[in-house]
Amino acid sequence: MSNFSAKLKSVMTELGLSLLSIIIALLVGTLFIFLTNKSPLDAYSALYIGAFGNFSAIANTLWRSTPLILTGLAVALPYRAGLFNIGAEGQFLMGGFAAGVVGFYFTSLPGFIHLPFAIIAGMLVGGLWGGLPGFLKAKMDVHEVIATIMLNHIAIALTINYGINYFRDTGRPATPKIMDTAAMLRFNQLADHPILGKLPLAELFNHPAIRLHLNFVLAIITAIVLWYLLFKTTLGYEIRAVGFNPDGAEYGGINAGRSIIVVMFISGAVAGLAGVGEVLGTHLSFMSGMDAGYGFTGIAVALIGQTHPIGVILGGLLFGALAQGGLEMQFSGIPSEIVMIIQALVIFFVATLQVLKVYIGKKKAKGGVK
Amino acid sequence: MLKKFISLAVVLTVVLLAAFVALPAAAETNVGIVLSTGGLGDLSFNDAAYRGLQKAKSELGIDFDYIEPADPSEDQTALRRFASRGYDLVIGVGFQMADSLQTVASEYPDVKFAHVDQSFEDVPDNIVTLNFAEWEGSFLAGALAALTTETNNIGFVGGVDYSLIHRFEGGFYQGAKYINPDITIQSKYADSFGDPARGREIALGMIDDGADVIYHAAGGSGSGVFQAAQEEDIYAIGVDSNQNFVAPGHVIASMLKKVDNAVYDTVKSVVDGNYEGGQNLLYTLADGGVDLTSLTEVGLPVVQAEKNGTITADELATIKQMKKDVTAPYAEKIEDIKAKIISGDIEVENWGVTGRPEDL
Repeated sequence: MSNFSAKLKSVMTELGLSLLSIIIALLVGTLFIFLTNKSPLDAYSALYIGAFGNFSAIANTLWRSTPLILTGLAVALPYRAGLFNIGAEGQFLMGGFAAGVVGFYFTSLPGFIHLPFAIIAGMLVGGLWGGLPGFLKAKMDVHEVIATIMLNHIAIALTINYGINYFRDTGRPATPKIMDTAAMLRFNQLADHPILGKLPLAELFNHPAIRLHLNFVLAIITAIVLWYLLFKTTLGYEIRAVGFNPDGAEYGGINAGRSIIVVMFISGAVAGLAGVGEVLGTHLSFMSGMDAGYGFTGIAVALIGQTHPIGVILGGLLFGALAQGGLEMQFSGIPSEIVMIIQALVIFFVATLQVLKVYIGKKKAKGGVK
Repeated sequence: MLKKFISLAVVLTVVLLAAFVALPAAAETNVGIVLSTGGLGDLSFNDAAYRGLQKAKSELGIDFDYIEPADPSEDQTALRRFASRGYDLVIGVGFQMADSLQTVASEYPDVKFAHVDQSFEDVPDNIVTLNFAEWEGSFLAGALAALTTETNNIGFVGGVDYSLIHRFEGGFYQGAKYINPDITIQSKYADSFGDPARGREIALGMIDDGADVIYHAAGGSGSGVFQAAQEEDIYAIGVDSNQNFVAPGHVIASMLKKVDNAVYDTVKSVVDGNYEGGQNLLYTLADGGVDLTSLTEVGLPVVQAEKNGTITADELATIKQMKKDVTAPYAEKIEDIKAKIISGDIEVENWGVTGRPEDL
């Protein structure tokens, strides 16, 4: 019981600190808003209204969070094994591209086969794209940072530059539209669904502006599965042991190489799923520009979330809310540059206060005997 | 104490409410524009569209708001937001917006929409698309390049290898071949509209291989082309807006794509009540929708650039001298070609439709 209350206390401190840092960031942000001769009150109420102001705003905040939660997880999991996955961007693109191709190429599959097929294809390709640097690291000690960065470049050239040109059917730089059978269920279609339409909340989502789709549910499930994997299974124990001390883990009978490959494969598949969702749920085709740097933002999401799967969900929600609310800030007359500065300030202060917390923790530890 | 607190809360609530219900005034025409990623300051079509709206604001008394989406997933939200708030005309800029604009337009049949840079197969009654005959303007750029080159070797730097940019490349190619069938034309793509370093590298490579006039249709990557032209003392041709004041004395002309005029005309049609949806409009050389900057005069944007300090008086003099020495001798010839294109004596093929020949 006391263990539980100690845990609760640490979680509350954590949340309190994050909240504090958000407030400090907003206060600093007012300085920049004054530069534009707008009222900070208007700007921040727009941020809030945009992200949480009504039901569709909340739903769209969840929608914007979805790819960020997944790329955040794709960075967080290898981090636990002592690996820095900079390659989520490439894995995202490869996964999304594979799903997009499967989505339009097969024209006569029934939905219950086509959609899972496209999702699995995307995750598999993303997984291989992540597993490759894992393999190189495990077998030849190639540094994963270098390998994943290079694979990002290859993925961009392969999918956006070459892939789109190869498959494109119109002037628009995108692969052809996916079949309806491969599209992920959107929440605003729930009411029309024969079975799911009976759910109590289905009517609430019935608005064209709501863009939330199935991938959000998959992202949450993924986070929970990864949490279970990390903290409740032998594999998870091995992963964390390798991250703590690879030689020690090896000495203790853990096959560190195998853990590294497995971790990188899983993380690639998770980043791939982020791309899959953007293609099959949001844009309905693989489109130039749709990656929007999610793979790199995922690094920040993972670190703010303390590389804990549940923390990553919260980190993803924070970034999603900033993105969704940021657009509304533009509508209230704040230039997009100021919106970007405020978003960056929030991230900056959340990260800084985390460091501060570690520092305080160390001081306490030094302060000594209890 | 409690009383004070409550009254404060009430005041705050009222202030907040007042802030939220501040809708655009109903009396005048309101235009909302969603720019393409890249946003303002691209010296290209986002800036041009913005200029058109500013002109409409000062001359027609309209009001407008704009949004610069951070990534394509914001397009729909931004368009829908304008449509749902009673804006009279909602404009989307750039190919990425095409699907989103059609989706939102179908939800708001009473709102008028315009799309810049992509024609649709079936245009709904509440959309017009604004397109430009870039191949005609680029033909003039190609002819000018072929006339001014001393090495008989010219270059084209494209942004991304796809049909919209093929229109520029094709016009340039045909124009140059029209002047000199034996001319060498180098053609390369930067794979980005925002990579000046890449644009510079490509241009330097072309110069190494003998090119002495280079035309670009590469957005921001084009500034690298200008830089290379300045470093190696060769000539470049700008695109979309008048870019003749960049790298003073080295940009001999710009192919104009007058998105500002097209946007202004569309706004005017809404104000005058004669907006006609359901069509793909094409702006051509004949109606001034595309053009080449004057070969004898420096033009207003260049004069303005000197006035607001972007270039010095010396640099303006350099540009004037260049116009006199390099381009003015060919002004008549280019005017002649222009007249022939307008009359149909010269037919320029649109590579955006016919495709880029494989054996270039």
